[in-house]
Amino acid sequence: MASELRDNIPAFGEGGDETQEVGLSNMSALADTGFANNWKEALILLLVACGVIGGLELIVRGFDVPAYTFPAPSEIGESLWHNFRPLYWPHLLVTLKVLLLGYLIGASIGILLAAIITQFPFAEKIVTPYILLLVTTPMIALVPLLVQKLGFGIQPRVIAVALASGPMVMINSATGFRRTDLAKLALARSYGATTFQIFTKVRFPLALPMIIVGLMVGAIFGLLTAVGAEIVGSGEGLGNRLMYYSSRIQMANFWSIIIILATLGILIYVIFYWIGKRWASWQA
Amino acid sequence: MVQAVSRSESPASSQTSGTVLVEHATKYYKTNTGSVHALEDINLDIKKGEFIAIVGPSGCGKSTLLWAISGLHDLTSGRVVLDGQTVDGPRPEIGMIFQEANLLPWRNLQQNIEFPFEIKKVDSKPFQPRIQELLAEVGLSGFETKFPRELSGGMQQRASIVRCLSFDPEIILMDEPFGALDAFTRDEMNLLIQKLWMETGKTIIFVTHNVAEAILLADRVVVLSPRPGRIAHIFDIDLPRPRTIEETYSPPFIEKIFEIKDTIIQGEYRPDHVAELTRQVAGVARGIEDQFDGK
Ligand SMILES: Nc1ncnc2c1ncn2[C@@H]1O[C@H](COP(=O)(O)OP(=O)(O)O)[C@@H](O)[C@H]1O
Ligand SMILES: [Mg+2]
Repeated sequence: MASELRDNIPAFGEGGDETQEVGLSNMSALADTGFANNWKEALILLLVACGVIGGLELIVRGFDVPAYTFPAPSEIGESLWHNFRPLYWPHLLVTLKVLLLGYLIGASIGILLAAIITQFPFAEKIVTPYILLLVTTPMIALVPLLVQKLGFGIQPRVIAVALASGPMVMINSATGFRRTDLAKLALARSYGATTFQIFTKVRFPLALPMIIVGLMVGAIFGLLTAVGAEIVGSGEGLGNRLMYYSSRIQMANFWSIIIILATLGILIYVIFYWIGKRWASWQA
Repeated sequence: MVQAVSRSESPASSQTSGTVLVEHATKYYKTNTGSVHALEDINLDIKKGEFIAIVGPSGCGKSTLLWAISGLHDLTSGRVVLDGQTVDGPRPEIGMIFQEANLLPWRNLQQNIEFPFEIKKVDSKPFQPRIQELLAEVGLSGFETKFPRELSGGMQQRASIVRCLSFDPEIILMDEPFGALDAFTRDEMNLLIQKLWMETGKTIIFVTHNVAEAILLADRVVVLSPRPGRIAHIFDIDLPRPRTIEETYSPPFIEKIFEIKDTIIQGEYRPDHVAELTRQVAGVARGIEDQFDGK
């Protein structure tokens, strides 16, 4: 593990050892798109949002857009208000359960695998094409097959979510773990650090910003896959509701589900934005 | 004044004394294209509390020698002996200061200074007064909760000095510690190092390519020849202490600079050559003087 330290005197000032970020996204992008900084900004954001929603309402009503094409925002709001607890909430819970389970499994395996595999450059070369294959293949495609084998329970969907989020987390985390800063490893080693200490006190913190990016991208992919899997092979969950309401042309309900899904996505972003701010702000 | 912590409470190993012996140190680096002969038969006997500077042209093996002494890298043949014990890995009585401050950017200053204690699994509480004293000494009191990116390069390097001294190592190894700093900050840091060294009596081995810096600080300046690094000559610097920046312009100081620079260029010490050079420069100086006198 410390083999790269064998004979290498770290080159300072050239940034030689720290590999440039090649992740799908990167932390600075996360850190820069902030939220409102003060009440004035907040007010403007709010006004614009009201303008957009109000404008939509006016257009839909003014041009008599039929409800099956696009319901007025007020109708969607009403549907959300009345149906959220009785109709949507149970399905939201199902989706969240699948998402969380699959994500926890996928993400933990992803981080673990990244931490191990980056220690063995050759093994990494062998494994990476398959990981890329997993990243680029839509896991929803596997769901019908999994349903055939495992039935209509939540397992096929959990597996699909894990397979979608895991490789995402892994590929970004691996980028993080590959950032070996020889000078910092040498520093730890000069105090007699063990391999484990070097991992927990240098390698992991150094990788953390990229791990967080991976976790965020993985969570979003997980959400997409969970919903997709529900559309393809499930009798419950928000994805299933989308199919159900659109087949009955209950568009206000349909759009309510879309808004819930969008909110979930934004929530994921916000959570990781704060995690990044708290644990990886040194990066910026 | 920062005093060495008494032996009993020092986390560095017990009855240490801080002598360093380098015997027939030879190093070949293996590379894809063959091997690089970096060091050839280096012999050094460094006493406790001595300040040694190692100078030489770029790529002559200064870092290689220092890292071998630290126990972080192996020698191809020969050995390093600390207080009678052959070095075969990192040693608790050694502290390293790197070219850049090498602070961990995700830790604030206090957490950075406590890093060695964490690694060594030593409670840092008894050392807090010492850490506070050191921080005051280097002018960083009140900056404990600042993160590295909030500090200037000089401040970061001072913090790394505190980190190194906090656990009271017997021997301090520095690899071009101030190379990345501007000239003024560098002078400041050199005076600080001299002061800390005079107060604590540590053994210091200091690698630099700046000859004036080496003379300012060291008891002995070791000049290495171009690769493979051999000892070209060892110069005793018996100028009184504490030395000041102004003294770097004094005749005995400049004489030393001449000798050492010429040795670096020639790869060996040639008093006749130095004398010839001195005569030439003296001639130039006289010419300038004459001009000023309007003759
Ligand atoms: N890991 C390495 N592999 C191969 N050659 C190396 C390695 N490290 C240093 N060298 C070579 O050994 C010589 C001495 O290097 P170094 O000790 O860093 O010199 P200095 O610190 O005096 O500039 C240089 O020519 C350098 O290129
Ligand atoms: Mg060097």
